[in-house]
Amino acid sequence: MLKLIESAVLHNGLVAAFAVVGIVIWVSGILSRRLTFGHVHGSAIAIVIGLALAYWGGIQTGGTKGLADVTLFSGIGLMGGAMLRDFAIVATAFEVQVDEARKAGMIGVVALLLGTLLPFVVGASIAYAFGYSDAVSMTTIGAGAVTYIVGPVTGAAIGASSDVMALSIATGLIKAIMVMVGTPIAARFLGLKTPRSAMVFGGLAGTVSGVSAGLAATDRKLVPYGALVATFHTGIGCLLGPSVLFLATKAVVG
Amino acid sequence: MIIYGTALLAACHLLGIVLGDLLGAAIGVKTNVGGVGIAMLLLIAARFYMHKKGLLPEVTEAGVGYWAAMYIPVVVAMAAQQNVVAALRGGPVAVLAAFGALAACACCIAAINRVGNKQEDSRIEANLQSLHPVGGLHNVEAD
Repeated sequence: MLKLIESAVLHNGLVAAFAVVGIVIWVSGILSRRLTFGHVHGSAIAIVIGLALAYWGGIQTGGTKGLADVTLFSGIGLMGGAMLRDFAIVATAFEVQVDEARKAGMIGVVALLLGTLLPFVVGASIAYAFGYSDAVSMTTIGAGAVTYIVGPVTGAAIGASSDVMALSIATGLIKAIMVMVGTPIAARFLGLKTPRSAMVFGGLAGTVSGVSAGLAATDRKLVPYGALVATFHTGIGCLLGPSVLFLATKAVVG
Repeated sequence: MIIYGTALLAACHLLGIVLGDLLGAAIGVKTNVGGVGIAMLLLIAARFYMHKKGLLPEVTEAGVGYWAAMYIPVVVAMAAQQNVVAALRGGPVAVLAAFGALAACACCIAAINRVGNKQEDSRIEANLQSLHPVGGLHNVEAD
């Protein structure tokens, strides 16, 4: 009997994932109401549970894709993969008020550039402080602080060693996780109330996964505005990282 | 037909990705540049145009609205497949670099959002309050 259920789940991965995520969100809703009296958003709790499950999956299998590496939950990989994630993000654009987005256009571009430059400088400086003092390692770790895709793309382009690449990816991953969990907590300090503020946030905080999950846990209505800007973040990082930023770093440290 | 909405969404998505890839190739980077953002702009434009022509019945909108409402569950599934173990193994350099970068950005966001025109903000806020997500309010409550 147990084997029968197991094979049914295995052969219907995506459908099983819908059920699993449904249960996670249902439990989160209960926790949000009973434990925090609605102070912590149900979706914030659901995302934390998701990350905890990812940790468990990583420990169990030694793989790199969290819960999706556990065969029974492989459908999670499809449901939360880049394809459906981007599909759902694009769908949220249906809610965008064109006038608001247009008004914040310029500030969005400024936020994007600052959001690439600031993390890079901070990341590269901390790398330097910990003894990674050559331009290639500093640039790669600094690029990782932009997003976890910019890090390895930049590293590969300028020939960084694999341990520095791993460190750079880890930096980007930690940043994404911090944004996911921290955004609802810091929402008041960040002034996250309006479409304009969400676009500034999307440009500066960067990572699509972090921004989309962080805004979802703060205010669902702000998601499309933040995501609209954040999706340009990785592209700009990959453009500036191996070129302008690498040359600038090389000029500074020699 | 509900599939028209989903097909419109899919067409915008694919076209956006292709344009993002072309943009990436044009400026010489090995990645997609803003493909999803371009797709979002295409969908906004398509909605604007079709709405004006009266080509957008409610059922068609629901074909997009369903996926917009599925957004949070998809994000939860995304969280469940992050490489959390590797992130935690990165050690102090990774943690400090990530935290430092975020702290700098957070201050910047707070500063820009405070300087922003207060009057305009309050007007936008009033608009925002009347703006309901496509899936309807009952869906948001369950989020």
